Amino acid sequence: MKIVVRSAGFLTSVQDLGRTGFRDSGVSLGGALDGHGLRVANVVVGNDENAAGLEATLGTVRLRFEDERLVAWCGGGFSVQICEENLPPGRAGFVAKNGDVTITAPNTGGRAWLAISGGIDVPLVLGSRSTDLRGNFGGHDGRALRAGDTLPLGHGPAPLRYERRISEWSAPATWSATNREAPILRIIKGTDWDRFTTEAQGSLVSDAFIVTPDSDRMGARLTGPELERIEPGDLLSEAVAPGTLQVPPNGQPILLLGDCQTIGGYPKIAHVITVDLPIAAQLWPRTRVRFREVTLGEAQALFREREKDFAVFRAGIGLHFR
Amino acid sequence: MRIEPLGDSGLLVRVVERFEAEESLDAVLRATRQLEVAQIPGVSGFAPAYTTIGVFFDPAQTAMFDELRAGIERALENTVDLGARMAPTIEVPVCYEGEFAPDLEDVGKQADLSPEETIRRHAAADYRVSCVGFTPGFPYLSGLPPELATPRRASPRKEIPAGAVAIGGTQTGIYPRKSPGGWNIIGRTPLALFDVERNPPALFHAGDRVRFRRIAREEFEAFSR
Repeated sequence: MKIVVRSAGFLTSVQDLGRTGFRDSGVSLGGALDGHGLRVANVVVGNDENAAGLEATLGTVRLRFEDERLVAWCGGGFSVQICEENLPPGRAGFVAKNGDVTITAPNTGGRAWLAISGGIDVPLVLGSRSTDLRGNFGGHDGRALRAGDTLPLGHGPAPLRYERRISEWSAPATWSATNREAPILRIIKGTDWDRFTTEAQGSLVSDAFIVTPDSDRMGARLTGPELERIEPGDLLSEAVAPGTLQVPPNGQPILLLGDCQTIGGYPKIAHVITVDLPIAAQLWPRTRVRFREVTLGEAQALFREREKDFAVFRAGIGLHFR
Repeated sequence: MRIEPLGDSGLLVRVVERFEAEESLDAVLRATRQLEVAQIPGVSGFAPAYTTIGVFFDPAQTAMFDELRAGIERALENTVDLGARMAPTIEVPVCYEGEFAPDLEDVGKQADLSPEETIRRHAAADYRVSCVGFTPGFPYLSGLPPELATPRRASPRKEIPAGAVAIGGTQTGIYPRKSPGGWNIIGRTPLALFDVERNPPALFHAGDRVRFRRIAREEFEAFSR
């Protein structure tokens, strides 16, 4: 009923879909930066969508399993092995008792999410099993994993057939493999769009921006043409959210991610739409990213469409676990 | 009042246009309570600050912008009995002595005040929480006597202890946990500002009234035990 972390990689943490309802106490949403990817991996192994899994970032993570489990992963250009066998993204793989799972990050960087049947059963803190790395609570002791840690697992649903080691069922590749050569993120106008010059508004949707090395789970910092405001000056802090594209006085935008603060005082030029946050979660230093504007109506239609597809997918996979 | 989209899974209610400490905080607090009481389906949380409330909804629960806006407008027309929850007054014991107050002299010097007078003025004022953020439980307090306003330090400290009471510009605040920061530290409270075992976990919320009570080192130490 547990796994042992034999090698932790760099910045591997326990995450679920995040901590809602405590923003008025200053608690970040947190959770898997690609919440949809974690949901998909959870469904593939027969879990509840919100079961806690692992978010891997850099290096090599090696896990030893104490008992039989199914695992699945989604994310960037990682390679995942069960013992010696390769597990493609979006498929369930069977791990035998005392089996090893190895997750290796690509040199180009990115993130991946591993779901384990039964989920990682760390205690709920403020309604979530996510690790709040800045607040140092939740997950495993409120911190990134280290070699030698053991993680308790919950009771997992047993699939009907075990004869194949890799499942014949799989998730759509657009959900399970989210690294893109030249990512384009769709945005809607932000509440402070009109505070920026016409040139800045034009640059945002026509020029490329490059991700800088000081990016983290709070946000991807970008460098590119300076986005100038019509009138500089301080604004009152107000709510921000993952996907918010804020612009500090130096004109270089920051794309906020899951661990972002709950409120911020920089103007919000735009917001990346929810269905593109999985692509945003793969942004890595030196990635060139572009933005394309859509309307709020389009963003919500895309979201509804994805949720409809997800419901069909979940029902289909569910047949293997009845 | 205006309601604007904050991305596609949240919205921003602009309760008032300009920040006038007392009136704005009362208005935002009242509106936040109205929204809480209304229990609008799909709404997962609120982030009130100064003049606005961020309202977040669970995008998986299909509440869509227009529907949600209508729900919010209805909720804000309801009358709710706010009673004592309107704005509790929280008394914060602060020791302004010795190593707890490394920047006390600097703050006083730029206002031409003795450390003693600086303490007296800081502890005599009435404050209100404008918002909670930066780190979990960190309260930004408005109401600092204008003469005590002090620019943030040129180079932030790498480590500020939990409970540090500090001044940054025209605001005063308290660090809930050990963290880096650039505010001027003038005292320390033994209170726990954030505790995940509590519900709600934060001691302060937007709109709360705050008073500082000066305590001696002995009382600080007794409190901490």
